Amino acid sequence: MSGTGADRPLLEVRGLHMHFPISEGILMRRQIGEVKAVDGIDFALRRGETLGLVGESGCGKTTTGRCILQLERPTAGAILYDGVDISTLSRRDMLALRRRIQVIFQDPYSSLNPRMKVGDIIGEPIMVHGLAPDATRRAARVRELLSVCGLNPSFADRYPHEMSGGQRQRVGIARALALEPEFIVCDEAVSALDVSIQAQVINLLEDLRERFGLTYLFIAHDLSVVRHLCQRVAVMYLGRIVELADCDALFDDPLHPYTRALLGAVPIPDPTIEAGRAFQPVLGEVPSPINPPSGCVFHPRCALAVESCSRVRPELRELRPGHWVACSEVN
Amino acid sequence: MTAVTDDLPVRRRSWLAASLRFARRQPLGTFGLVIVVIAAIAGLSAEWIAPYSPTANDFAAMTEPPSAAHWLGTDQFGRDLLSRIVYGARTALIIGFVSAFVGGFLGLVLGVASAYFGGWIDDVLQRVMDILMAFPLIIMALAVVAIFGTGVQNVIAAITVPLVPRCARVVRSSALSIREVPYIDAARTSGFSHARIILRHMVPNVVAPFLIMLTAFVGQAILAEASLSYLGLGVQEPTPAWGLMLQGGAEEYASTAPWIAIFPGLAIALTVFGFSLFGDALRDAIDPKMRER
Repeated sequence: MSGTGADRPLLEVRGLHMHFPISEGILMRRQIGEVKAVDGIDFALRRGETLGLVGESGCGKTTTGRCILQLERPTAGAILYDGVDISTLSRRDMLALRRRIQVIFQDPYSSLNPRMKVGDIIGEPIMVHGLAPDATRRAARVRELLSVCGLNPSFADRYPHEMSGGQRQRVGIARALALEPEFIVCDEAVSALDVSIQAQVINLLEDLRERFGLTYLFIAHDLSVVRHLCQRVAVMYLGRIVELADCDALFDDPLHPYTRALLGAVPIPDPTIEAGRAFQPVLGEVPSPINPPSGCVFHPRCALAVESCSRVRPELRELRPGHWVACSEVN
Repeated sequence: MTAVTDDLPVRRRSWLAASLRFARRQPLGTFGLVIVVIAAIAGLSAEWIAPYSPTANDFAAMTEPPSAAHWLGTDQFGRDLLSRIVYGARTALIIGFVSAFVGGFLGLVLGVASAYFGGWIDDVLQRVMDILMAFPLIIMALAVVAIFGTGVQNVIAAITVPLVPRCARVVRSSALSIREVPYIDAARTSGFSHARIILRHMVPNVVAPFLIMLTAFVGQAILAEASLSYLGLGVQEPTPAWGLMLQGGAEEYASTAPWIAIFPGLAIALTVFGFSLFGDALRDAIDPKMRER
C-alpha cells in the first residue's frame, strides 16, 4: 500500500514496530516484558497531503510520530522519507534531513524553553543550520516568521511566560517553519488550546500548508478537527491501524467496528437528535499494550467478533478504492 | 488568519522589590544572609578591619582574656583572636566558595549529561557516584589529603571531590524530568548537538535547585575545612583558619582560657548556620515562583 501512480510518496512507513522494553534489576538488567506501543503499521503520505492519525490515548499515534521524527529508534520496520530509510541513518546523516522534517507539539507551555527569549527560540535552528549569515539577517527572518504566524514581530524580545497559550503555540509553529521544512508532524497541535484559539491555529496551519506547500501528519483525537483539516485519515487502536481511508469516506461510511464506535461516540450538538439516537458504547476497557489480545486486538470488545478473530490477525484489505480496513468480518 | 494578536502587559519585578519581599517573608533567611554578608565583608577587607596582624606574636600579652585592647582576647602565642578570626573568614570563604563552585559545576555537568544520555552512560556514572557517596564527606576528604598532602589547594580538592556526586545526584533527578519535556525533543528534531542541548537547554532549567544546593555546599565546605584543619590535615600554621585555632587552643586551655576555643567555634557555627538558613529560605522563596510558571 504505497502511493499510486508514478509519484513516489514523500513518506512511507512499512511494518513499523516500536516495542519498549520493561526491565528489572540494578546491575543485571533483564527484560521482563515489553510495551507494544506500535505493532506493525504501514501507511504512506503523498507530497502536499494531510494525513490524520486518530485514536484513543495510548494507541501509539504519538509514538508513531516520534519514530518518524527519529526521537525513538523503531524496533523494526522501515521509515522511507523521500525514498531513504531514515530509521537506519546515523546521527550525522540524519542532520541534513532534520531540516526537512519538523514538529509542532501539543503543549504550548512545555514546548518552549522558559529560559530563552522567543527570538532566540526561533532563531536558534536558523543559526545552527547556518541559514542566515549574520545576526541582523537572522533577526529579520525571525520577525518575518513571527508575522507569518500572526504574531507581532516585537514578541521576539519576550519570554514564553509573558505570552498566552495561543501565542505560544504560534511561536512553536514559527520555530517549526524556521528551517523551511516540507513535512511537519503536528502532534495534537491544537488539543491543548481553547476552542476559539483552536480554530485560529487550524486556519493558520491551513494557510501555511498552501503557502509553503507543506505535508502534514496530523496526530489528534478530536475527530471534527481531523475532518476539517485532513484529506485522508488512519484510525489506530492498540498499536495497529484498523482503518485507513479518504476523510469523507471514513466519516460518512466507516467500515471497521472500532471506527464506527469511535464516530458514534462523538456527541451531536443538538439535544433532540442526541437524545433520539441509538448509541452503543464499546464495552470494556482498552487492553494493555504489554499483553494485547491475540489475533485481532479489538476482538474482545467487538460486536461482530467470531471465533477466528481471536486467532488470525486481520491485515489491511482494500474493500473500496482507497478504503483500507483491517477486519475479516466486514465487506 | 494572520491577525496580530494583542499585546499582553509585561510583568516585571524590580530587584529591590524582590529583595524586600524576600526580607519580609523570610526573616530567618535574611538573618542568615546578614551573617553571610558580614563574613564576606570580613574576608574581603581583613587588612582594614583586623586591628592587628593575624600572625604577629605579642609575648607580653599571651592568653589574655577579652579586653579593650584585644576585644576577643589573645591565644597562647599572644596573637589577637579577633584579627585571626577576621583573617580566618577569608580562608574559610575562599575554600568554601571554590570547592562548592568547582564541585557544584562538575556535578551539574555530570548530572545533566547522565540524565540526557541515559542508558549505559547513566548507569556507569551513577554507580561511580554511588561509590563516592558511600564515604562520608570527611572520610573522603581525609583520603584525598592523605594522598595529595596538606595545604590550601589540596584541601580545596579534598572537599571538592565528595561534593561532586552529591550535586550530580540532585541535578540528575531534575534533569531527568526536563529531558522528557517537548522543548528538548524540539531541539533534537532540529538536529542540535548534544553539547548545545545540554548547555543551552537543560542546564539553565536546573539552575534553581542547583543554586540552592550551592549555598548549602558552601556551608558544608567551610565545616569540612574546619574539621580537616582541626585534625591537622587541612590548612597549616601560621595561616589563620578557624579549625586550626580550635586545634591550637581547645584542649590545653579549655579551663584556663576558654575564649581561645569559644570565639573561633562560634565563628564556624554562625557562618555555617547562616549559609544553611539562607539556602533554606532561598528554596522556599524560589519554589512558588516555579509553580507559578
